[in-house]
Amino acid sequence: MIELTKKTIAELRSGLRSGEFSAREIAEGFNAAVAGAKLLNAFTVTTPEDALAAAASADEARARGDLPSLAGIPLGIKDLFATRGIDTTAGSKILKGFRPPYESTVTANLRRAGAGMLGKLNMDEFAMGSSNETSAYGPVISPWRRKGSNVALTPGGSSGGSAAAVAADIAPGVTGTDTGGSIRQPAAFTGICGIKPTYGRCSRWGVVAFASSLDQAGPMAKTVRDCAILLEAMTGFDPRDSTSLDLPVPRWEAGLSSDLKGKRVGIPKEYRIEGVPSEINALWDQGIEWLKDAGATPVEISLPHTKYALPTYYIIAPAEASSNLARYDGVRYGLRVSGGDGLDGMYSATRAEGFGAEVKRRVMIGTYVLSAGFYDAYFTKAQKVRALIKQDFARAFEACDVILTPTAPSAAFGIGETTDPLAMYLNDVFAVPASLAGLPAMSVPGGLDGSGLPLGLHLIGNALEEQTVLNAGLAIEERAGFAARPEKWW
Amino acid sequence: MSVSSEQVRHIAKLARIAMSEEEIERLVPELNNILGWVEQLGEVDTDGVEPLTAVIDQKLRLRDDVVDDGNIREEVLENAPDAQHGFFAVPKVIE
Repeated sequence: MIELTKKTIAELRSGLRSGEFSAREIAEGFNAAVAGAKLLNAFTVTTPEDALAAAASADEARARGDLPSLAGIPLGIKDLFATRGIDTTAGSKILKGFRPPYESTVTANLRRAGAGMLGKLNMDEFAMGSSNETSAYGPVISPWRRKGSNVALTPGGSSGGSAAAVAADIAPGVTGTDTGGSIRQPAAFTGICGIKPTYGRCSRWGVVAFASSLDQAGPMAKTVRDCAILLEAMTGFDPRDSTSLDLPVPRWEAGLSSDLKGKRVGIPKEYRIEGVPSEINALWDQGIEWLKDAGATPVEISLPHTKYALPTYYIIAPAEASSNLARYDGVRYGLRVSGGDGLDGMYSATRAEGFGAEVKRRVMIGTYVLSAGFYDAYFTKAQKVRALIKQDFARAFEACDVILTPTAPSAAFGIGETTDPLAMYLNDVFAVPASLAGLPAMSVPGGLDGSGLPLGLHLIGNALEEQTVLNAGLAIEERAGFAARPEKWW
Repeated sequence: MSVSSEQVRHIAKLARIAMSEEEIERLVPELNNILGWVEQLGEVDTDGVEPLTAVIDQKLRLRDDVVDDGNIREEVLENAPDAQHGFFAVPKVIE
């Protein structure tokens, strides 16, 4: 029965339909795997009864012969999604004990499709981090280790618990969120797939806000097909999110095809940056060959403002975060700490105690760049450069259909190895430009580096062209034949 | 531009985060490092560029001005650290 946890969502779906196994068996298998993987620290809270209840409904539905798309599939949910009556803390001490009286649209959509929930997944505090080390619950430990080493590695971040859970076979699929790479970098670090759709595809309603103009939810799973299945269930117009796109949900799974004949793959010359290990550039070249083999034609493109994407992001994201996080004031939910000095003292003491170091750093930067006298020099300037970055992509997509780059500039690193905030920010150098332009982007595993750690390839599509991204991802997946799994030590 | 400890103290006050002198002193070089790095945006010619406010072009929708939720006071108050008489309770603000 443990083999059930190694299956993809598509395999679980067909096994359930054919009666090879029951939804209850699936839920029990994953509940046991979750309970047996505490050392990974992937979950902040587990909800085995939720997975079992959804399984019971699925088994009844099967008996009636009408199974919704995710019937009997238990998922891990990033702790950024509000789940009715279940602790939702965004990995922060300031939301300790918060039980939302409502359900996020994305998780409600997944539930409507029949999915159950295994628990809430650990993450960097308020999704601010690239290594999971900023979580108030302590870091998630990657199931992966370097060959011949016991050093604890990061699964990446901020969706680190999500990535670790899929890689360790303790959840068949999970939700993640991506503000500047938080789905794609952890997917790359753990040898799984993850896609961030076009901004506005997934409703942000009920997703704890970090940087609202960038935040987008998306799925992470073992395969491209599984990502397509989950994405279809997660997306859709939601009148409760003012930036939700009022468009029908494409049938991405049915549209999957790895035949890329006639497609042009853009290779941005500005992504050949100094200091990136040669193994990563070699995998990138291999990726180009794979896409050629699938029928695509590579074309060199230029995204001239690439080097300004990270500094632009580190003005806009903290600025939006400082506004969004103003709501944590000790009044309506979460932590309250009495300060010496009335209401203001309570606010300041609560936020001092409730926020971790990285969140404070970003709120401080955001407050500064929005403050009187600096707003135009920093924030308006960054919004202008953001417009140029978006324009770069618009021009590039006149010459190509999809862009291929590496996902991250390194493989997973050790917990505690990167202490300089700026060095940490550089992890998202390849991921951030697509976020700033609101474009769909995906990471698929490409191979292992010399120390046996996964490396990812990154596909960026034009707005609303998730299908092209998924199809190019599928072409890579079929050719990479990535089957490596971490050896179980937990 | 670089920030002084005086300015960092002021930003902390604006952000309503209590900070010790040690924290302030530690943040000064950290923030200056980050701000020095983002200042490379000064190299970019943005004359005549409109600041981007919506990443995907779309019109903000209007809806009818009617109450479409509500009557869930108890549920909303349930998460409050201190709720009294059906209200959020805060430390005294008027002497």
